[in-house]
Amino acid sequence: MTDTVADAPVLVTSALPPTVTARHRRPVLLWVLAGAVTVLLALPVVYVVAQATKSGWSEIVRLVLRSFTLELVWNTARLSVAVTLACAVIGTTTAWFVERTDLPGRRLWAVVVVLPVAIPDFVVGFGWVSVTPSVHGFFGALLVMTLALYPLFYLPVAASFRGADPGQEEVARSLGLGRMATFRRVTLSQARPALLGGCVLVSLALLAEYGAFEILRYQTLTTEIFFESQRSYNIPVASSLSLILVVLSLAVLGGDAAARGRGRVARSARVARAGTVHRLGRWTVPSLLGFVALTVLALGVPIGVIVYWLFNSGTTTLPASTSMVGAALTTAGYAAGAGALATLLALPVALLAVRHPRRSTRVLERSTFIVQAIPGLIIALALVYFSIRGLRVFYQSSPLLILGYSIMFFPLALVAVRTSVAQAPVELEEVARSLGRRPLEVWWRVVLPLVGPGLAAAFSLVFLSTVTELTLTLVLVPTGVQTLATQFWAYTTNLSYGAAAPYAGLMIAIAVVPSYVLGRWFNRLPARTREPA
Amino acid sequence: MKFPKRLTTATVAVMVAIALGATACSGRSSGSGSSLTVYNGQHEQTTNALVTAFEKESGIHVQVQVRNDDENVLANQIITEGGASPADVIYTENSPALETLQNKHLLAAVAPATLAAVPSKYNSPQGDWVGVSARVSELVYNTDLLKPDQLPHSVMDLAGPQWKAKLALAQGETDFQPIVTSIVASYGVDATTKWLTAIKSNAANNIYPNNETLTDQVNKGHATIGIINAYYWYRGRAERGAASTHSAVATFSPGDAGYIVDVSGAGILASSSHKAAAQQFLAFLVGAQGQEIIAHGDSYEYPIGSGVTTAQPLTPLGSLQPAPLTIAQLGDGSTAISLLQKAQLA
Repeated sequence: MTDTVADAPVLVTSALPPTVTARHRRPVLLWVLAGAVTVLLALPVVYVVAQATKSGWSEIVRLVLRSFTLELVWNTARLSVAVTLACAVIGTTTAWFVERTDLPGRRLWAVVVVLPVAIPDFVVGFGWVSVTPSVHGFFGALLVMTLALYPLFYLPVAASFRGADPGQEEVARSLGLGRMATFRRVTLSQARPALLGGCVLVSLALLAEYGAFEILRYQTLTTEIFFESQRSYNIPVASSLSLILVVLSLAVLGGDAAARGRGRVARSARVARAGTVHRLGRWTVPSLLGFVALTVLALGVPIGVIVYWLFNSGTTTLPASTSMVGAALTTAGYAAGAGALATLLALPVALLAVRHPRRSTRVLERSTFIVQAIPGLIIALALVYFSIRGLRVFYQSSPLLILGYSIMFFPLALVAVRTSVAQAPVELEEVARSLGRRPLEVWWRVVLPLVGPGLAAAFSLVFLSTVTELTLTLVLVPTGVQTLATQFWAYTTNLSYGAAAPYAGLMIAIAVVPSYVLGRWFNRLPARTREPA
Repeated sequence: MKFPKRLTTATVAVMVAIALGATACSGRSSGSGSSLTVYNGQHEQTTNALVTAFEKESGIHVQVQVRNDDENVLANQIITEGGASPADVIYTENSPALETLQNKHLLAAVAPATLAAVPSKYNSPQGDWVGVSARVSELVYNTDLLKPDQLPHSVMDLAGPQWKAKLALAQGETDFQPIVTSIVASYGVDATTKWLTAIKSNAANNIYPNNETLTDQVNKGHATIGIINAYYWYRGRAERGAASTHSAVATFSPGDAGYIVDVSGAGILASSSHKAAAQQFLAFLVGAQGQEIIAHGDSYEYPIGSGVTTAQPLTPLGSLQPAPLTIAQLGDGSTAISLLQKAQLA
């Protein structure tokens, strides 16, 4: 995913060699910081390996090769492929309509199509199951996960469409290529890095998904990992299965690296122009209807169910353990903490990878993505294991919970931070230094304003994901503290949907603001490339 | 729409401030010796009511912190925490989680007087945890789709072809395991495996994540019949009201393998440094006051200690005729789990 967003606006950098000055110095401090972050992110993997080997290698081999495991791998893999393809189609199509056509209300749609990110997966799952119980199994999972994850494609691809060089399309058309052929051979291949990035993010997210699959009764490796650890108390077996997830994630990352290696996108002009706007003409109404249908499916169903619960449920006998405002503030506090910490942790890794691109830094950067394929429960147990042995005072404290979120959602932060770091021209920094500014001042006055919006986007992505997180929260939250997600869980496990609904509504309300920020940020990305680099 | 530089700086500053604030103000309030941490897998209402009454009652003013989660996650958490667990008491809906912790020597002995308040058949045979309340497994069925005389007499009948696409199952729930254990005890491993395969196929389109959903789906008529702990039906009815209730519960024939009593219990962690207060809490749970709360509470469970009987519209505990399955036979549920796995239901 790294380059998803990155590659659109960074095309200039990839065509020309990056400025060399900064590379002369050996980035010792950066290596130390980035190395420390990598070690932190490796903790869950270390835990999984240590637990898995407890049961002995022969047991691991037996478990991995039994037919049931293979069936789970098959379930997981085919769903990953199908959802990734479906998300690619929907994400790319919506991005094209929003960025490249005269679709009415484009700016509004640009925000609306991003909003599904803000709805908790278990709410989407519950929504569909309540609408019709026939939504289950493979096709149910395909439907629900596609509607939940397509914005992860939309965001980078839309940015890429905006930033792409329209000259190439014009050349293709003038050479006699048809509209479809131009789209396929030029527009799509320009968006290729963004598409690949979307593939990585969506497929890794699917590997670790639990909440929605539990409701939709679709068995994957992750649902089985939950079962093994929760019903059989068999953490070694759960860890062995998690190892398969790690291997699958390596395959995804390897495939991405291989696909990226071939072909390079360059732009001819240093000053970009806005792309050609296609007139929809008689296709305007059908296109609009398509957008309305997507909105109804992705937003209407879950929000409709929340509203239905609000007005059509009986009373509950379960009193809230905390006020709604209290839970909302706690949740916002945790989410803000996690957003800030993850963004901070991502900075050295992004700086190292962008400013010192070589094999070693690239491997280090990619390795931090593995954590996204590890289920939240396993990350939580790993943190229980290490913190209770190393940092007993932090156990079940807010800082540890925030650290847990930051580890879990680190790849999302890295994506956005890396993009903005890549956009910030090193030259400006160097000019400031040459004018005698001290490093800290350069940071505050030059670098921060340049990468600030990107940091805000990283913050928002992590914030959104944290607001709706449940499994890690239940294990690591300080005893007696309730977040919106835990209170929602407490009510729904009691069938008190009416009481649960406002909490789900609040989660979405809290998440809308960062979604909007995200939408705006990705919208204005190409504007930066228009400034002389 | 340009992002002004100052705005960006301000945004970053606010982000950091919020983060620091969140980190600083939410430290854990750790009292001295009078605070008790309960890991609670039991329904929150029941536990809240019991804890509140206990805090009021206890002379030494014990402050109780309750941590709610699925009992299996909590047991896992205690296993992972090892000797450094912050928990003092674990309170669960079913015995297997407690038996698992007991087998791993993570529980301390319960005071004899506390154990004596409850009939011994509801306590740990080893004395490391005490039974607090009980539930019974029954059939739940949709009254529009099924007449009482069409109900099966035995849990084994549910494997029959007549229940194809009608049976509902929530086999992931901890309540289902004891039923499988009971069938193994009555009919042996082979028959149980066959039964599991058959009900899996009968329930193919009606497998639900939990008993609440199962009860709800049967009530709506999406499934016809299912096995649950009866209190889910009573609780569901209380939530949705009698008018929109289109289902009922019924017992199996006396002594049937599917007709079992599940015990909810509590234990004290061996690593607890507040054992005296913890013993006091357990004594309160099974004492007359705690049992009265369960008898009148809205969780519809049976009180089992200090001679208290239910005040709810349930078949009295004494009139039930369940299978003669002991706590020791229920064990940690590992046989049931491996069979569920073999049948690919787990």
